[in-house]
Amino acid sequence: MLLRKTTIVVLAILLCLSPAVLLAKPVYKIGGIFSSTGRASFLGDPEKKTMEMMVEKINAAGGIDGHMLQAVIYDSEGDPAKAVSAVNKLIHKDKVLAIIGPSTTPTTLAIVNFVERAQLPLISCAAGVKITSPVKPWVFKTAQSDLLAVAAVYQHIQARGIKKIGIITVANSFGESGKNQLLAQAPDFGLEVVQAESFGAKDTDTTAQLTKIKSAAPEAIVCWGTNPGPAVVAKNVKQLKLDIPLYQSHGVASPKFIELAGDAAEGIILPTGKILVTGLLPEDDVQKKILEDYQVDYQAKYKGNVSGFGGYAFDAVNLLAKALKGSNGDKNKIRRALESMAHHVGATGEFNFSAQDHNGLAPSAFVMVEIKGGTWKLIK
Amino acid sequence: MQEIIQYLFSGITTGAIYAVIAVGLSMLYSSTELINFAHGEFVMLGAMAIVTLWVHMALPLPLAFAGAVALGCCMGLLFERLAIRTARTPQPIVLVIITVGASIFLRGVAMIVWGKDPFSVPAFSRHDSIEIAGAALLPQSIWIVGAAVLLAGGIHFFLKKTLTGKAMVACAVNKKAAWLTGIPSEKMGILAFAVSTGSGAVAGIFIAPITMSSYDMGTMLGLKGFCAAMIGGLGSLWGAFAGGILLGVLESLGAGLISSGLKDAIAFILLLLILYICPGGLFSAKEAKRF
Repeated sequence: MLLRKTTIVVLAILLCLSPAVLLAKPVYKIGGIFSSTGRASFLGDPEKKTMEMMVEKINAAGGIDGHMLQAVIYDSEGDPAKAVSAVNKLIHKDKVLAIIGPSTTPTTLAIVNFVERAQLPLISCAAGVKITSPVKPWVFKTAQSDLLAVAAVYQHIQARGIKKIGIITVANSFGESGKNQLLAQAPDFGLEVVQAESFGAKDTDTTAQLTKIKSAAPEAIVCWGTNPGPAVVAKNVKQLKLDIPLYQSHGVASPKFIELAGDAAEGIILPTGKILVTGLLPEDDVQKKILEDYQVDYQAKYKGNVSGFGGYAFDAVNLLAKALKGSNGDKNKIRRALESMAHHVGATGEFNFSAQDHNGLAPSAFVMVEIKGGTWKLIK
Repeated sequence: MQEIIQYLFSGITTGAIYAVIAVGLSMLYSSTELINFAHGEFVMLGAMAIVTLWVHMALPLPLAFAGAVALGCCMGLLFERLAIRTARTPQPIVLVIITVGASIFLRGVAMIVWGKDPFSVPAFSRHDSIEIAGAALLPQSIWIVGAAVLLAGGIHFFLKKTLTGKAMVACAVNKKAAWLTGIPSEKMGILAFAVSTGSGAVAGIFIAPITMSSYDMGTMLGLKGFCAAMIGGLGSLWGAFAGGILLGVLESLGAGLISSGLKDAIAFILLLLILYICPGGLFSAKEAKRF
C-alpha cells in the first residue's frame, strides 16, 4: 500500500513539474577563464568573484529574455597551456555561447585562435594592445590598453610644456609593451625620449639607470612597471635628488604602491581607472553611480574592496548580457550586437565598439591622479 | 665623472649585499664542504622577519634584529637536522639537491605565511643622502657596507683565531681525523649551519630598507651570492667578500655604461668565464683547494 501511495505521489509531482520544465527556456551557458590562483591571482580572483556575483544578480532579476544564465568558470593559473585546455573544454564539452576572460595578455593571446576557429565571442579582461590590434572578428576586450594610458600620461606632460623625457621600464611583458607605446607615441605629443632604460622586476637598486637618465637631462621621467620595482625607482629618484616630475603607470595604481614607496610616493603622478577614486569623482560623472553600486554589491557579498580588475569582468558580463538580449543564443547575433554596442557606460569607461575598434575606450577612461599626503588626489 | 662615482656607489652597495651572502655560503663550504643553494631563502627569511618584528609588531630595532637573526639560526638548525642529517647517502650531489629542494620549500612556506605582496621597511637611520662629488650616497649603503665588513671580519676571526672555529675547519679537512682528536664533528656541522644561515638573515635585515621584501626575493640574491663566492674562490672568506664587491661594481658599471638589460647577464657571464678559466676563483691558490 505504502509503496503504491508513494508511487502515485511521485508521479503526481513529476506530472506537475514536467510542463514547467518543458516550458522553461534553456539556460544560456557562458564560459569564464580567469587566473584565480597563481601569480596573477590578484587579477583573476576579483574577476571570477565579480562574474559569479553578476550572473547571480541577472538570474535573480529573471535572466535574459527568460533564459537563466549559467557560468562555467575554469582556472587558468595564469598559464597559457592551461588556458588552452580550458578553452577547448568550454568549446567542445560545455558548448558555451561566449567566453569572458582570460585575465592576462599571454593567456588571452594563447586562446585567440581557438575562439576564432570556433566562431565564439570572447571578451578578454587583459590589457595588452595586441589582443584587439589588429582587430579579430570574435575577440573583444574591456581592459584599457596601455596605448590609452600612455596617451593620458603624455597629454598631461604636454600640457605642462615639457619637451624632453626619460623613460625607465621594467623588463617584462608589461614594461616592454609600455616602452613600445611610450616610444611610438612620443612624437605625436611633441615629446623627445632622451634616454630609455630598463630594470629587472626584482632589482634592488636602479640608481645606475637613473644616473644615466639624469645625465641626459630630461624634464620629466616616466616609469612603467608593476610592484615592487617602481617603488624602488621612486625611492631612488628621491635619493638622487632628481628634482623633476616622476610619472608612473596604471600598473602601480593601488594603495600597496603608496605603502611600499612611503615618503618617496609624494608628488608622483599616474593614470588610473576611475574605480580607484570613485569617492573623488564629481557628482555629474556618468560612471560614479555605476561604480558605487558595484562597490556596494561586491563589498556586501565578499567583504573585500573592489579593484579595477574586477571592473573589467563587471563590464564584460554587462556587455555580454546586453548582447545576449534578443540573440536567441545565436553566436553571430551576439557578435554583431557587441560590435555595434555604443555609449555603454561601464565601470572602466564608456564603450563604443565598432568594426575597427574592439576595445571601444577613449583616453578619458583614465583619470590622472597625484599622490599627496599618502593618498590620491584627482588632477583637474 | 660624476656618473662614474654614482655607479661606483650603487655598485658597492649592491656588491656589499652580494658579499655578505657570499661570505655565508663560503663559510658553510669551508666547514662542511657543502654548497647551500637555499642560502638565498635565509636572506629572505631575515628580511621578512624584520618586516614582521620591527614594522608590524613595532619592537625596538635591536630586539627585532636579534629576533630575526635568531629565526635565521633556528631555521638553519632545523634545516640541518631535518633535511641534511637524515639523508641516507650523504654524497655531496645528494646534499646539494636537498638544498635546492629546501629552497623551494622555504619559498612556498614564506608565501603562505607572508602572502605574495611585497613589503617595505624604513631606513635604519633617517638621514638625507650624502652628496660626494655630485653623487648621492645613501646612509643605508653605509650600514650595509659596515655590516658586510664586520660580518666577514667576525667570521674570519672565529674560524682562524678561536678553538671552536679551528675545530670546525678541521672537521671539513678530514672528518675522521678530527673525530679521532676528540672534535665532536656533528656539533661542528650544526654550528656551521647556524652561523651561516644566521649571517644570511643579517644580510636580509640590512637590505630590507633599500629594496622591497617579498617571499621570492631570495632566489636571485642566492644565485648572485653564489656567483660572487665562485669569483672569489669558494672557501676563501675574503675572496668571497672581494668577489661580491667586484660583481656589484661590474653590474652597476655595465648597467650604466653599456645597457641596463645586461645587468643580470653580466653576473652569469662572469661566472661562466671564471669556471672556464680559473675554476678555483680569482683570489685563491692555483688549485681549487681551500687551504
